[in-house]
Amino acid sequence: MAKLTLPAEEWMYRGHAACPGCGPALAMRLLLKGLGPRTILAIPACCWTVIATPFPTTALAVAVLDNPIESTGASLAGLRAAADALGLADVTVAGFAGDGGTADIGLQALSGMLERRTDAIFVMYDNEGYMNTGVQRSGATPQGAWTTTTPVAGTRRGKREPKKEIMEVVLAHHPSYAATANPAFPEDLVRKAERARAARGPRFLHILAPCPPGWRFSSEETIALGRLATETGLFPLYEVEDGVYRITRPYGTLKPVDEYVRAQGRFRHWTDAEIRELGAQARAGWERLCRRERETAAVARPPPIPLTA
Amino acid sequence: MTREVLSGNHAQSHAVRLARAQVISAYPITPQTTIVEKLAEFVATGALEAQLIEVESEHSALQAVVSASALGARTYTATSSQGLLLMHELLHWAAGLRAPIVMGVVNRAVAPPWNIGADHTDTMSQRDTGWIQFYPESNQEVLDTVLVAYRLAETAEVRLPVMVSEDAFYLSHTVEPVDVPEPEIVDRFLPPRTGHAILVPGTVGRLGSFTGPDRYVEFRRELARASAQVPRVLPEVEEEYRRLTGRSHGGALPTYRAEGADAVLVTMGTMTTTARTVVDELRAAGQRVGLAKLRLFRPFPDTELRRLAATVDRLGVVDRSYTFGASGAAATEVQAALYRGPHRPLVAGFLAGVGGRDVTPAHIRRMFAELLGPADPEPRWADLAPLEVDVHG
Repeated sequence: MAKLTLPAEEWMYRGHAACPGCGPALAMRLLLKGLGPRTILAIPACCWTVIATPFPTTALAVAVLDNPIESTGASLAGLRAAADALGLADVTVAGFAGDGGTADIGLQALSGMLERRTDAIFVMYDNEGYMNTGVQRSGATPQGAWTTTTPVAGTRRGKREPKKEIMEVVLAHHPSYAATANPAFPEDLVRKAERARAARGPRFLHILAPCPPGWRFSSEETIALGRLATETGLFPLYEVEDGVYRITRPYGTLKPVDEYVRAQGRFRHWTDAEIRELGAQARAGWERLCRRERETAAVARPPPIPLTA
Repeated sequence: MTREVLSGNHAQSHAVRLARAQVISAYPITPQTTIVEKLAEFVATGALEAQLIEVESEHSALQAVVSASALGARTYTATSSQGLLLMHELLHWAAGLRAPIVMGVVNRAVAPPWNIGADHTDTMSQRDTGWIQFYPESNQEVLDTVLVAYRLAETAEVRLPVMVSEDAFYLSHTVEPVDVPEPEIVDRFLPPRTGHAILVPGTVGRLGSFTGPDRYVEFRRELARASAQVPRVLPEVEEEYRRLTGRSHGGALPTYRAEGADAVLVTMGTMTTTARTVVDELRAAGQRVGLAKLRLFRPFPDTELRRLAATVDRLGVVDRSYTFGASGAAATEVQAALYRGPHRPLVAGFLAGVGGRDVTPAHIRRMFAELLGPADPEPRWADLAPLEVDVHG
């Protein structure tokens, strides 16, 4: 087995308050290896509010500012403006928000920050629901998933609507850099964090963050499940730089989604037909992505857009 | 010093320029907009070196300056009415993070029905958020109070955000001559903000955080203590401002001809000017009446009010907003402050000027007449339309 080649420095301490097998905890640990110690991190209300441990302790070796759940994008704008006004050099301004704090209640401030070309990194760690409040549905919850607010009872079979495609929303703002990442592929995640750090202008990372208690799987399965999410085409790994797509984990053939679905209690009620339908969706999404990679490879890069706070 | 003809809004903009605010963020709303338009012009022409963030909402406007303040920048934002209501959550954050933000609020009525006239419902709804609140009477007072607000907000023992209000249109869009101090004078009064209790990149630290009941109470208590420093710090700051500019606006509760008065009317903002002329007129006619301007509403000037109550038997309090289910906020606060003191004059509440209705000398005369007549502490609407207006369609 090949050895991992990750930066040895840790910017997240032991003794954090995450659940065993927590995807968001891994996402943070790997992200900070790429962003480094001169990061100012804006964290809205989310699992990480708690994971970082209560006052006067902290599980993070970087400066952290809390903000309410919906305003991370605006916090990044203020931090960047102040860093520029005060001449703070080499500062990486980053936000670390859950899927609700990004794609639902956080969408307006995110859109504002992207549209104003704020020179900062917005990271969405996607555990596909409001997990800190006890597993409620978010816009990022997949179709058919059980949550406490999308029960499997009577005529209801989990969430009725498809998962919100946050990358499509973000890419409509033409960010300088946007990428998906997955802690099950740590080198890819750290490399993307490094690329995001090196770029200027608005940057976005969508990190899949499996949640054992929320998705109803055994806590030692986090990495295996994460790998399956990408290998099935459900969560492909790619990056978009100035409009040009690049798939960072290419696959000739996708794995069937059965194993991914069957490993999670939130999909326990699914029929074989429903699993086949998800497989078809994964293949269609993957093909769309491959097509975009081919199409944008030939296109000249757009001229750079001037930066502002 | 230069004398310029300025609206209240532009007086606010000039004060922010003189304060050398470093990060400004705002979202447009009538009648606040001209404050920010002028600031954008200052930034564009280089008259003010600041980062201006044109955010997508008032909620984001306040978040942006809260975060900028957390890194140590001097910050400013401005809003009105609905915008202030949308900021409510962040108002608590600003005070809780001890961010010395200064915000201009042009007091405007709250919908429905839509109305852009002067009304204090917007700021009165925010009185429990930990912000210091000033209600100036003139454009000169607006300019001076913004500068005093920065100094007060950044005083180490205080470190609280401050609102400087303006009555919509009466101040925001009415021009009058304003003395604008020279930048060197203001620099002496207001040196650059010192780094204290801020985030430092490259160091371990967290602003905000979370706590259980074991520590949360102490955080709240600290905030209460900071607020309690204002009555001591404000006169010192205003005295220094007076020494440099020759102007002072009389602290938290300046009075006018209140000595030996049978009745004193307590007013806020622009209606004070009208009431002052009526006091002169009634005094000339032999009636012993006076005036007290509630210039600082938060923290509430309990001590000054008790001192005033020792000399007068009847106090009228005029509110430009209605606190539903109770009465006027200022009247309630005055009553509460005096109940805990040794002197308890009759306190009558009047509601006037709501939604931008003009408060005329006739209204003020009637308030004094009622105040000097049979004792009746029940709150009353002092300026209902003379003809019955059918609001039910």
